[in-house]
Amino acid sequence: MQVLSASSFLQVLFFGFGWLFFMRKLFKDYEVRQYVVQVIFSVTFAFSCTMFELIIFEILGVLNSSSRYFHWKLNLCVILLILVFMVPFYIGYFVVSNIRLLHRQKLLFACVVWLTFMYFFWKLGDPFPILSPKHGILSIEQLISRVGVIGVTLMALLSGFGAVNCPYTYMSYFLRNVTDADILALERRLLQTMDMIVSKKKRIAVAHRTMFQRGEVHNRPTGFWGMIKSVTTSVPGSENLSLIQQEVDALEELSRQLFLETADLHATKERIEYSKTFQGKYFNFLGYFFSIYCVWKIFMATINIVFDRVGKTDPVTRGIEITVNYLGIQFDVKFWSQHISFILVGIIIVTSIRGLLITLTKFFYAISSSKSSNVIVLLLAQIMGMYFVSSVLLIRMSMPPEYRTIITEVLGELQFNFYHRWFDVIFLVSALSSILFLYLAHKQAPEKHMAL
Amino acid sequence: TASQELFSLCALAGVGKSSLVHLLCHNQVLGNPSWTVGCSVDVRIHDYKEGTPEEKTYYIELWDVGGSVGSATSVKSTRAVFYNLLNGIILVHDLTNKKSSQNLYRWSLEALNRDVAPTGVLVTNGDYDREQFGDNQIPLLVIGTKLDQIPETKRNEVLTRTAFLAEDFNAEEINLDCTNPRYLAAGSSNAVKLSRFFDKVIEKRYFLRDGNQVCHFS
Repeated sequence: MQVLSASSFLQVLFFGFGWLFFMRKLFKDYEVRQYVVQVIFSVTFAFSCTMFELIIFEILGVLNSSSRYFHWKLNLCVILLILVFMVPFYIGYFVVSNIRLLHRQKLLFACVVWLTFMYFFWKLGDPFPILSPKHGILSIEQLISRVGVIGVTLMALLSGFGAVNCPYTYMSYFLRNVTDADILALERRLLQTMDMIVSKKKRIAVAHRTMFQRGEVHNRPTGFWGMIKSVTTSVPGSENLSLIQQEVDALEELSRQLFLETADLHATKERIEYSKTFQGKYFNFLGYFFSIYCVWKIFMATINIVFDRVGKTDPVTRGIEITVNYLGIQFDVKFWSQHISFILVGIIIVTSIRGLLITLTKFFYAISSSKSSNVIVLLLAQIMGMYFVSSVLLIRMSMPPEYRTIITEVLGELQFNFYHRWFDVIFLVSALSSILFLYLAHKQAPEKHMAL
Repeated sequence: TASQELFSLCALAGVGKSSLVHLLCHNQVLGNPSWTVGCSVDVRIHDYKEGTPEEKTYYIELWDVGGSVGSATSVKSTRAVFYNLLNGIILVHDLTNKKSSQNLYRWSLEALNRDVAPTGVLVTNGDYDREQFGDNQIPLLVIGTKLDQIPETKRNEVLTRTAFLAEDFNAEEINLDCTNPRYLAAGSSNAVKLSRFFDKVIEKRYFLRDGNQVCHFS
């Protein structure tokens, strides 16, 4: 029984971590007015991490097999409940509260939104061969299979982009050459543009003032007679004004672009300086490794798709086989297999949690505003939940067969092979399009500065 | 030639600076506020010492420098370009969001320390230092937006808090709602405070330095 309390203690710990992360990192510039959002986020995080904890327990052999199975089932039910019922409902609720028109009947419209979500969620299962037909309508397998599809797609997209972006940012080979003179020149241009905007706005302000003082304030001509009048008696100043206003709009657009370019140049200059430090050199070196890894992964994904194969053995068992058979080193396979898979799976879990949280935070900073922060955080909680559920699905492949059984038992008869294939396909698509995208972005940038 | 003052508006994103600037410059409500990228400028014509025989008209440029205090250093370095010719600073915060007023301290430090390179070391870590604001020569004004979204019951508490805030900065404060021009209607106390603030800036810029009047708008 004390192990039971240990696992609930861990769960409370995860909840606290999620709570702190929310407060300190995500919502550090906003005031939390709806605590339910923070609670939902932390609960989703806690239950997702519990799944990983159960995998670790499986490997280490903590608790006995049937109680582990029970915990798995319980946890899975709760997580599915959260991901399919609670979070989408609250997303709908907060979206509806933002729209003034539907304010009165918040609950009703929130339910409507949730029903639409359920409809599309259900339809998602149709084009995919994910289930054997013997399952009933409302079973865990139905829900998990769909959640799995969404989560695996997300994982593969992020993974593909990350695999390509990582060497691109680490290696200094790709850094454009930026000198201080470039930055100064661009800043001067920016200030000149702002000066032009100011002088034009001054003219507009003066013209408005003179018109106002002369009592000739022209608002939109009202009515039929007003329209006739505006055709015949056009004030000579106003035509010039609209011309100047158009010029101002164009200049403002230009100033925005110049600002973004200047910020970009500053960032590149910082990166160049960073690459000269020791840390920078280390990352540059790592970048070469990662680029090789990335190429290898793309190659493997292509092979998997073309030859329609899914890896049968996990890396741990294969590694042990190689060392035993080819290198002739004898050691206690069972013992080492347990420890190595523990370490490997642990690393995979920690890096994927950390990577996801960092990505989510960046995303949140980029797109949230004080109005939409609640909705966006809930969306992120949804993504996080689905991501973690699918990583459990895929991590099955990295574990030796004796530990795999419980996941297979708990998740039911899903077509695991399909998920691996799907991951490979999306990974390939994502990696190749990221390469294309980065190539285009890289190509375009130097030409812009040449034109200065 | 006409004279000009440069102001800078500092605040978090989403606080309502663009609406505020539009209201200050055109006496109209901004119809479709959108996300501000980089910096935007607007011009207001101000009558210095209105109603007295020494009335003169000046241009006031309001520079709306957007973004967040926690931005990347590259964005901060780019923003520093705009802090060069400041004559006054308007700090804008959102009355419904306590954290935006806490950020004001960091904003003012960023703007006032413009002589220090943005990547240089600031002595304080954003903590408020009263002496720094005591002998600060640049006039400050604190404006709180979204007043209409505060329910009546909470208003007193919020207004007390903002009064302390303004005192910290040694500045006047105005609380308003940018979607309603009546807060700045002529003759209202807010309009008077605003006028006085702009007058103070003009004085600091032109008169107290050499006692002679520089050119004015005619």
